[in-house]
Amino acid sequence: MMFENNIDIEHPVHDVRVDAMKNFEMKGFPSKKEEAWKYTSLNSLQKVDFSIFPKEVNALEYKDVKKYFIHEIDTYKIVFIDGIYSSYLSETTHDGVDICLMSSALTKPMYKPVIDVYFNKVASKDESLTTLNTAFSREGAYIYIPKNKMPKKPVEILHFATGNESTLMLQPRNLIIVEENAELQVIERHQSLTSNEVLTNSVTEIFAAKNAIVDYYKVQNNVGSASLIDNTYIDQKDKSVVKVHTFSFGGKLTRNNLNFYQNGEYIDSTMKGVTILGEKQHVDHHTLVHHIEPNCESHQDYKGIYGENSTGVFNGKIIVEKLAQKTNAFQQNNNILISDKATINTKPQLEIFADDVKCSHGCTIGQLDEEALFYLQSRGIPKKEARALLMYAFANNVLQSVRIPELKTRINKLIANKLGVNLGFDL
Amino acid sequence: MLKIKNLHASVEDKEILKGINLEVNAGEVHAIMGPNGSGKSTLAAVIAGKEEFEVTKGSIELEGEDLEDASPEERAHKGIFLSFQYPVEIPGVSVTNFMKTAINETRKAKGLEDMPANQMLKLIREKSEMLDIDRKFLSRSLNEGFSGGEKKRNEIFQLAMLEPKLAILDETDSGLDIDALRIVANGVNKLKSKENAVIVITHYQRLLEYIVPDFVHVLHDGKIVKSGGKELAFELEEKGYDWIKQETVV
Repeated sequence: MMFENNIDIEHPVHDVRVDAMKNFEMKGFPSKKEEAWKYTSLNSLQKVDFSIFPKEVNALEYKDVKKYFIHEIDTYKIVFIDGIYSSYLSETTHDGVDICLMSSALTKPMYKPVIDVYFNKVASKDESLTTLNTAFSREGAYIYIPKNKMPKKPVEILHFATGNESTLMLQPRNLIIVEENAELQVIERHQSLTSNEVLTNSVTEIFAAKNAIVDYYKVQNNVGSASLIDNTYIDQKDKSVVKVHTFSFGGKLTRNNLNFYQNGEYIDSTMKGVTILGEKQHVDHHTLVHHIEPNCESHQDYKGIYGENSTGVFNGKIIVEKLAQKTNAFQQNNNILISDKATINTKPQLEIFADDVKCSHGCTIGQLDEEALFYLQSRGIPKKEARALLMYAFANNVLQSVRIPELKTRINKLIANKLGVNLGFDL
Repeated sequence: MLKIKNLHASVEDKEILKGINLEVNAGEVHAIMGPNGSGKSTLAAVIAGKEEFEVTKGSIELEGEDLEDASPEERAHKGIFLSFQYPVEIPGVSVTNFMKTAINETRKAKGLEDMPANQMLKLIREKSEMLDIDRKFLSRSLNEGFSGGEKKRNEIFQLAMLEPKLAILDETDSGLDIDALRIVANGVNKLKSKENAVIVITHYQRLLEYIVPDFVHVLHDGKIVKSGGKELAFELEEKGYDWIKQETVV
C-alpha cells in the first residue's frame, strides 16, 4: 500500500500525527502472528492499492441515500462522502451543544482547550491501525455536550463511498465528549454505494464524564466489497453509563475493537451485538473492559448467527485491577451455526487481580433447536419462516435495550431481510 | 377421519411404536392412556410429522390421504393440530403475531389471500373471550415467562384459532391445577363438533372427567393392548397400569 505525501506540517496536531506515523512505520499492519489478529487476516486488503485521498469531490442527492438514514425521525446529521464533509446532507448545530466537524475542531482556536485535553488521549498510541488513523485522518465527527445538556435529537454519523474511485481507504476520526450529567445518542453507519473496494479504518474516542449517559449504535450492513476496521475507545468517569450496540449484517471484513476504560466508581459499561452473516463474510468482535476502580459493572451480550461460508470471532477481554473490588463483570456470547462451512472462534479472556468480584462468562455454539422448529412447523409455519423466527427470537434480547424505537424497527427489518423472510408482520 | 394401520416407528434404530392400529372418526373423542415410556408422546409426534422419528412400517391416513411424505407444516395445513406437552418459548414474537403468521401461512398453502386485519382481530377477540384470556396476554412474547397453566391455555387458544380437523392433546393436563384444568377442558369441549375429532393423551384419568372420551385405548410397549369405553379409564385409575402389564404377559 502506498501513502500519498499530503501532510500539512502547520497543522495544530502535526506533532501527534508525526509520532503516530513513526509508530505505524515501525509496526506496520498487524499480522496473524499476533494473538489479537489470529483469526482475522488483513492480507487480502493489503494487496489492494487504495487511494487515500479522493481526487475529486463527489455529491449525492438526498433522495438516493435517504434509506440509509433513520429518516422516520428528526436527527442531527454529520455526513461524509468519500471522506469529505457534505454540508448539503448534514445538519449540524452549535446551539448549546457542538455537533460538527473534526476538521474545524482541530483547527479553530476556540476548540483548542478541549482538543488539548481530549484528542488522542484515550486512543491507543501503539496499536498500529489506530496510529495509522491518527497519522492520516482528516475528518470525522466532533461532538461536545456540555454539563447538564442533552441534544434535542439523536446524531447520525454517515459515511458514504460513491465508488467514483476504484478503490478507496477512509480514515474517519470521531471525538465525542459528554460532560457531567449530559446525555447523547449516536447512530453510526458506513455505506458503499457501488461494489468498488473500500477499506475504512475508523477511530472514535468517547469521553463520558460523571453521570453522563451515552448510547452508541453501530449499524454495519455494508456491501460485500467494503471492509471496516472500527477502533472505539471509551473513557468513563464516576456513575456514567455507556452502551454500545453493534449490528453486523454486512461487509466483507469487519473488525470491531471496542475498548472501555473505567476511570471512576459506579460505572456501567454495556456492549451488545447481533451478528448475522452469510456468503464469505467475516466479523471479528474484540472487546476490552478495563475495570480500574471499585464498584463498577460491565455487561456484554453478543449473539451471532453464521451461515454459508461466513466466519466470526468473539474475543472478550476483561481486566479487573487489584483496586477494583466489588466489580460485577458479565460476558455472554452465544452463536448458532446454520451451515456446516461456517465457523466461529469465541474466547473469553479474564485477568482478575481483585479478590471480591463477580465475573461470569459463557459462550455457546449450537444449532437451531429442532424441537422448537417442529413446534412452529406444527402450527403451519413453513420450515424457512420457522427457522427465521427462531433466529430472530435468539437475537431478540439484544434489541431490547435499543432506546430509539424507529432504529429498533429498522434493525428488525434488516434482520428479517438478512434472514430472507417475510413473516407477514414487522418483527 | 384418521386411520392408522400397523404403525411402526423408531428413533435412532430403537423401535418405539410396534404396530399401532387406530381409527378415529369425525365427532369422536379418543383417549390414549398408558404408563410412562409406553410411546404415547411418540405416537402424537409421529402423527404430527416430527422428522426425528422414522416410520418403518405401516401408514397414517387423514381423510383417505396417506401422510407419509407430508412435512409437519403440510400436516398442519391439512388440519392436524398437536398441543404440546412442553410448548416452546419464542422471545420477541407476540402471541398475536405468531397466530397471524400461522393462520396466513395456512391460508397461503390453500391458495387463499391473507386474512383481512379486521377479521383477524375479531377472531382473536372471540377466541380469547371464549377461553377467558386477558388481552394483555396476547401481546406478550409467545410462551416466554408463561406459567405452566398459561402455556397450556395458550395451546388451546391456538387450537381455537386454527380450528383443526384433528386435535391431539399431548399431556395437556400435566402441570395444571384444578382451575386451569377446568378452563382448558371447557375450551376443548366448546370446540368439539361433529366435524372434528380429538385425541387426548394422558397418564391420568383426571382430565377425562372433563373431556369425556368415547373410546379409551391403553398403550403399552408401543402397542394398543386394550380398548374400551370411558369406563376403562376408571378401571385403570383404580387398578393402576400393572394390571394391564400383567394381563399382556398372560
